[in-house]
Amino acid sequence: MKRARLAAYLAGCAVAMLATGAQAQGSAQDEIAKYREMLQDANPAELLIARGEDLWKQKRGPKNASLERCDLGLGAGVVKGAYAQLPRYFADTNEVMDFESRLVYCMVTLQGFDRAEVTKKPFSGTGQRQTDIEAITTFVVDQSRGVPVRISQSHPMERAAFERGRQLFNMRGGPYDFSCATCHGVDGQRIRLQDLPNISHNKQDAARAFTTWPAYRVSQGALRTMQWRLNDCFRQQRFPEPIFASQSTIDLITFLGVNAEGAKMDSPAIKR
Amino acid sequence: MMMKTVLSLAAVAVLSSCASPAPTHEETMKVVKSSFKARGIAKLDRLDQSELQQVCSEVALTGKDLPKDVRERIEKQQMATIKYPADGKFLGDWKAGEVVAQAGRGLQWTDNEKTVNGGNCYACHQLSPQEISFGNIGPSLKGYGKLRGNSEAVVKYTWGKIWNTHAYNACSSMPRFGDAGILTEAQIKDVMALLLDPNSPVNK
Repeated sequence: MKRARLAAYLAGCAVAMLATGAQAQGSAQDEIAKYREMLQDANPAELLIARGEDLWKQKRGPKNASLERCDLGLGAGVVKGAYAQLPRYFADTNEVMDFESRLVYCMVTLQGFDRAEVTKKPFSGTGQRQTDIEAITTFVVDQSRGVPVRISQSHPMERAAFERGRQLFNMRGGPYDFSCATCHGVDGQRIRLQDLPNISHNKQDAARAFTTWPAYRVSQGALRTMQWRLNDCFRQQRFPEPIFASQSTIDLITFLGVNAEGAKMDSPAIKR
Repeated sequence: MMMKTVLSLAAVAVLSSCASPAPTHEETMKVVKSSFKARGIAKLDRLDQSELQQVCSEVALTGKDLPKDVRERIEKQQMATIKYPADGKFLGDWKAGEVVAQAGRGLQWTDNEKTVNGGNCYACHQLSPQEISFGNIGPSLKGYGKLRGNSEAVVKYTWGKIWNTHAYNACSSMPRFGDAGILTEAQIKDVMALLLDPNSPVNK
């Protein structure tokens, strides 16, 4: 039923897109906005939340342990609100970690998985089953829905991560001379009809970007995490590939998170 | 005594955390270089910034414009990179130019050496009025030739702007389509025609 309604709606959008004249672009954008709103109805990420919860609670790995003793920064086993305060400094590793790197750490230390094995393929390919990392991330971020983002900047390593993230955000490089800021540093910019959040100078935009990832991407039929989001930006930026959960990715996520301070998490969201 | 030690240790901790200097550009670059890996055609040397990329990153980071002398030096350097067509013909086929303007592929790690690169002009600019899916990072180019004519100065400026935009605006966001080898000379001629040919939809 819902699918039929969506299909009819998409057909309507296509007709609207064909319209020409001065108002064509504006109305096409309105239609896209309506389409996005419509998508909020049924988020396929809900299925993945259930799988992620199972994976979190099951005894798995060489050590036959669950992740329920994993400390995400609010104490061992506390999942509620945990995603909204990451990245943060962890004394046990003496590192700043984002959710995905912390999850890998817990899978390795608590469950005995091999780090190289776990991080070999963190993102599912087109049409493939979602990875365990994607499923668990979806479960954990859902447990922060409505929780305000609070990224600590009290530890010197947290401040250093933010500053490196800010520098990398503005770093132009590669054959196209692009930085993150080329597309995400000015209000009201678009690529084609796609709105680009101004992450460095607009608190509202930064908040919306940070609080709506991870998200279910309708066009890919898959849940995508924040690490994936950065990875796909760098692909289009014509950079080499960021290593999963590497320091620079954590630095950038820290920069984004601090800029989104106080906004309420609204993830997993659903996007185009 | 004990209390004093604790207090002074705390003071040292506070001081050292407050005094810890922000990471320098060099320190950040070291972290960046250890955080990426080569994939396909996207090798790690893409992280080695040119002087142009470095000074323009600094402008974005600080929000401070380039000093006049630096700007002039850079624009002069970049102007020297522009190669005008050997046969003196600047305009190709606007229909082929429209294809280049629409195509967005090229130089990503999902592409390869055989990929025909696009110009992806519509990502940032309005061109033909029939195409309503255009971005706004760059100015609208609708009516480009109609508004400017096709004097030698306009033609050479347009060529140079596509070849290496930094010759005219040191820290422009636009890629160096000729200088960086993104488009071939023939492709640039076709895009030139899309902009300047009176029969191009851009000028209708």
